[in-house]
Amino acid sequence: MARIKSTAELEEQRQEILSKRDPDKSRIAICSGTGCLALGCDRVISAFKEEIKRQGLEDKVDIKETGCPGFCEKGTIVVIYPEGIYYLQVQPEDVPEIVSETIKGKKVVDHLLYTDPSTGAKAIHESQIAFYKNQKRLLIGNNIKIDPKNIEDYLALDGYRALAKALFEMTPEQVIEEVKESNLRGRGGAGFPAGRKWETCRNASGEPKYVIVNCDEGDPGAFMDRALMEGNPHSILEGLIIGAYAVGSHEGFIYVRQEYPLAVENVGIAIEQAREYGFLGENILGSGFDFEVEVHRGAGAFVSGESSALMTAIEGRVGEPRPKYIHTTISGVWEKPSNLNNVETWANIPLIINNGAEWFKSIGTEGSKGTKILSLVGKVNNTGLVEVPMGITLRDIIFKIGGGIPGGKKFKAVQTGGPSGGIIPEQYLDSPVDFDELAKLGSIMGSGGMVVMDEDTCMVDIARFFIDFLCDESCGKCVPCREGLDQMRGILNDIVAGKGEEEDIELLEEIGETMSNFSLCALGTTAANPVLTTIRYFGDDYEAHIKEKRCPALVCKDLIAYYIDQKKCIACMLCLNNCPVDAIEGEKGKIHVIDQSKCNKCGTCYDVCPPKVGAVKKISGEPVPPPPPEEERKIKREKGEKEGD
Amino acid sequence: MNQEKVDKIIDRYSAKEGKGILIQLLLDIQNEFNWLPGEAIVQISERLQVPVSQIYRIASFYKVMSLAPIGRHLIQVCLGTACHVRGGPKILDKVEECLKIKTDETTSDMKFTVRRVNCLGCCALGPVMVVDNDYHGKITTVKVKEILESYD
Ligand SMILES: Cc1cc2nc3c(=O)[nH]c(=O)nc-3n(C[C@H](O)[C@H](O)[C@H](O)COP(=O)(O)O)c2cc1C
Ligand code: FES
Repeated sequence: MARIKSTAELEEQRQEILSKRDPDKSRIAICSGTGCLALGCDRVISAFKEEIKRQGLEDKVDIKETGCPGFCEKGTIVVIYPEGIYYLQVQPEDVPEIVSETIKGKKVVDHLLYTDPSTGAKAIHESQIAFYKNQKRLLIGNNIKIDPKNIEDYLALDGYRALAKALFEMTPEQVIEEVKESNLRGRGGAGFPAGRKWETCRNASGEPKYVIVNCDEGDPGAFMDRALMEGNPHSILEGLIIGAYAVGSHEGFIYVRQEYPLAVENVGIAIEQAREYGFLGENILGSGFDFEVEVHRGAGAFVSGESSALMTAIEGRVGEPRPKYIHTTISGVWEKPSNLNNVETWANIPLIINNGAEWFKSIGTEGSKGTKILSLVGKVNNTGLVEVPMGITLRDIIFKIGGGIPGGKKFKAVQTGGPSGGIIPEQYLDSPVDFDELAKLGSIMGSGGMVVMDEDTCMVDIARFFIDFLCDESCGKCVPCREGLDQMRGILNDIVAGKGEEEDIELLEEIGETMSNFSLCALGTTAANPVLTTIRYFGDDYEAHIKEKRCPALVCKDLIAYYIDQKKCIACMLCLNNCPVDAIEGEKGKIHVIDQSKCNKCGTCYDVCPPKVGAVKKISGEPVPPPPPEEERKIKREKGEKEGD
Repeated sequence: MNQEKVDKIIDRYSAKEGKGILIQLLLDIQNEFNWLPGEAIVQISERLQVPVSQIYRIASFYKVMSLAPIGRHLIQVCLGTACHVRGGPKILDKVEECLKIKTDETTSDMKFTVRRVNCLGCCALGPVMVVDNDYHGKITTVKVKEILESYD
């Protein structure tokens, strides 16, 4: 492939790719993102390849391994084009049927379609599925149409047109102006306006300048950056090259965590191909602009996702943050001006350049424009990645898109923004997703993690979970964060163990305030958020643990007990055989009893007791009912019932 | 450990004249041997002329890097937020109990090493446990034993 040397050549190339493609030809798109891979999509892919061969359809059908379209809950996802028939939870066994019925017979396979749980209606196309219907998928929508390992797919969808426009029709200043005008705010955490950051970097003195993609994605519970990097790496690359042109940089880094091997692989391939086509390297598209980029792998440290820490890691040193009296835009990697943005921020750039700031501003709220990808996970029916216009309410996301809470349970709270974020209770469900509105509630947008919690979630336990996480991840360089977290962890451990005291809450708040005011980096200044918001909204949970030694959600091990309801036990031996510490006494036909002194509260008995029997009970804050005396343990059966039923 | 292999990995970065390569280099060594053998660290130190202490500092800071050999099978139990609310901690307890080791330990027969990780990016399938490269999603305490028994 000869390097493309002008806009005209780029359009010619695009036409050539399109002319080789017959829009009416059957195409099977199979998600091969990490989520579906975990569900065995590789076996589905090989089954399709075999079946197509077996039925002699090789010339008539294309198979495309694509990125993640977001509905991970229902993987493996297979979409049949040109009709756009959406099949969910596809197993290798379903493949012959799909090929014979849909590809050959042009008929829909009913049992693989999405069924609306409330109406029972079947959905054939993406647009009919409730999960997708209420989304606005500008960034992630192309994932199912693109083979990320093939640049032609990206070009076929107008790829690199924005780059050509920026290079040939706009000055760097105009690009910055457009991004500023769009009011695009950073998607990685703090929501800082991207255009302003670029401008500072452009105006900073010092050469060379660097541009960097942050794909460290340390928030445990978020995976949108991975899906973009795996599924549509060229969109990020195109944004980065435009940014480099605007800022005046000729060297860039893409920082990807090592735990995302497929993302590392796909972006590596994308860079190679972009170089081959003339979108990277010297004299890009014949414009005279040069730019090179390199992939750096992160090695698993949450704090290394922070901007100054990440830059230190790029220099090959331990990724710890440093004080930012001088911004990294002025003095970053090797003390040179460096502009760092999140994956999703970069991916928005080609859209803004192509469609203009006015278009971008028409989506979203006053202070937050565009869309945001959220990872909707936890106790919600439809889990996966959702892309929504800013301003949509939390309720719409959780109930309309997410389909509500599984198992008829009650919604309790939603956690947004990861470990730096907070917990939002039910009364604020009508709040919009917006940088400033979430901050008002004591939480943050963060990178877009959204973990739904139901009534079975203990808020003290959640607070302790985040503090535990942050304790491990704090680099320990500054005292407020290092010591504050450790003290908080101690106090929370006491509370969940039933050893909490009344002053503890006040003490937690005081430590939290000190950490917010005096920590070195944002890890420490935001670390108390999960504790402070749970205290603010779920004070009752804390009170119950401290005063009544009771865990209302029945989670905290030291405060709960398991016992077997003698009226319900059918003496089936299941719990008894599965108990790892032999704490259950009994035999066939004889009611089982848990020996409280031996029980380690692992909950296995509770899990294995068949739901329709439901004899194992969990309680907290009340005494365990005494077991029946030995002589009354024999099960008396009604007439007609068989022994051991 | 194989000195030649280490040399080859170091050679990959020779064009960069030592600028910012240490973490990338250690990751490659880790991927090659599944841990960072002391001899490899000394070898890197000598060839790149960086103090051993600096290498240990990096190796002990990052989660992905291991200073002890690991078992034949690496078990990673996810305790990210999404998996936590869906019962991840119970899964880890169960694994520890089945293997009679604690997190970050290796069984005496070098068969299994257990680690906890923060989010594997398959939150939709939580709780998730990964053994080597096999992802096991939506698992229960009851399934843990079966899964462990399927490896030899
Ligand atoms: C402890 C910590 C971890 C962070 N981790 C990430 C991360 O994984 N990915 C990310 O994009 N930003 C992360 N950030 C935010 C970055 O510091 C930075 O603000 C962001 O990458 C800038 O890009 P944006 O303006 O496009 O959002 C983290 C911040 C802190 C304090
Ligand atoms: S929290 Fe377990 S995979 Fe994300």
